[in-house]
Amino acid sequence: MDSAPASSGIAAATPYLRDSVRTAVKILIVGHFAVGKTTYVGTLSEIRPLRTEERMTQAGASVDDLAGIRDKTTTTVAMDFGRLTLSDDLVLYLFGAPGQRRFTRLWNDLARGALGALILVDTARLEESFAVMDIVERQGLPYAVAVNHFEGSPSFPAAEVREALDLDATTPLVTCDARDRTSSTEALIALVDHLLTLDRDGAP
Amino acid sequence: MNRRRNERALVRPHVVTGGRARPTRNVFDLVTLLTATGDLPRTGLSPEKLRIVELCQGGALSVVEISGHLRLPVGLTKVLLSDLVDSGHLVTRAPAPAARLSKARILQEVLDGLRASL
Repeated sequence: MDSAPASSGIAAATPYLRDSVRTAVKILIVGHFAVGKTTYVGTLSEIRPLRTEERMTQAGASVDDLAGIRDKTTTTVAMDFGRLTLSDDLVLYLFGAPGQRRFTRLWNDLARGALGALILVDTARLEESFAVMDIVERQGLPYAVAVNHFEGSPSFPAAEVREALDLDATTPLVTCDARDRTSSTEALIALVDHLLTLDRDGAP
Repeated sequence: MNRRRNERALVRPHVVTGGRARPTRNVFDLVTLLTATGDLPRTGLSPEKLRIVELCQGGALSVVEISGHLRLPVGLTKVLLSDLVDSGHLVTRAPAPAARLSKARILQEVLDGLRASL
């Protein structure tokens, strides 16, 4: 790395990529408001997660529905993302994507080139995931579903969750705790394993 | 709940980009990687472009990280990055065509990397 002037503020504190990294891929972490996307990205990211916004031109876009939210003090307005260097050559970016359909342009941008999506759901509010699943399916993104286990949320048998979400029999359904690195990593592994199977079987 | 409204930039984005809403090229993905070339004079660059070049001087970052670090909207960032690639201040970092991995190979590498991180 060049020796940038030590006093040049932002560059000194910035976590740059390894010099050997040449390939960047992305996976979307999606779900309805307050389901744990930001927490999940923060748990797995090697850098302090960053937030960025796309300018929304739609006037008066309503805020997220706050009904029934527990312990949620911040709103994910645009997207949070984090980074995970997986080999000398390869870096994975995780994007927490907004669950609202009105962000169409942002969604197109996010979905372009994405490997797939991990849909986080809360068993206490399963029906709120329907809209998000519609968006992901409309974008043609392959996905897996991870139940983010909240304290106090009802624990349903997997079969009931599958039925409620109308999941294809081959779609992985796993449980994780977005605050826990191991179970969150395992959820991603389940997704990528599924993506590999789809790729081998010649699906899009 | 008015956070977004209150955080709006004081300078309208169109002023920053010289009136353009779209980049001169449409090749930037959110995770396109860029670095500064470092050997061109920076005179004449707008303050925002100067900040980008200074940030990218330290090493490679993705489009979306540049946007996040500098707190610039993604769309605007792409316009500025596009200009800076055109002017030679930045280059994109991509694998040599021969080294480009197949999708299956990339997925396998992602899987291996995730398993190794457990």
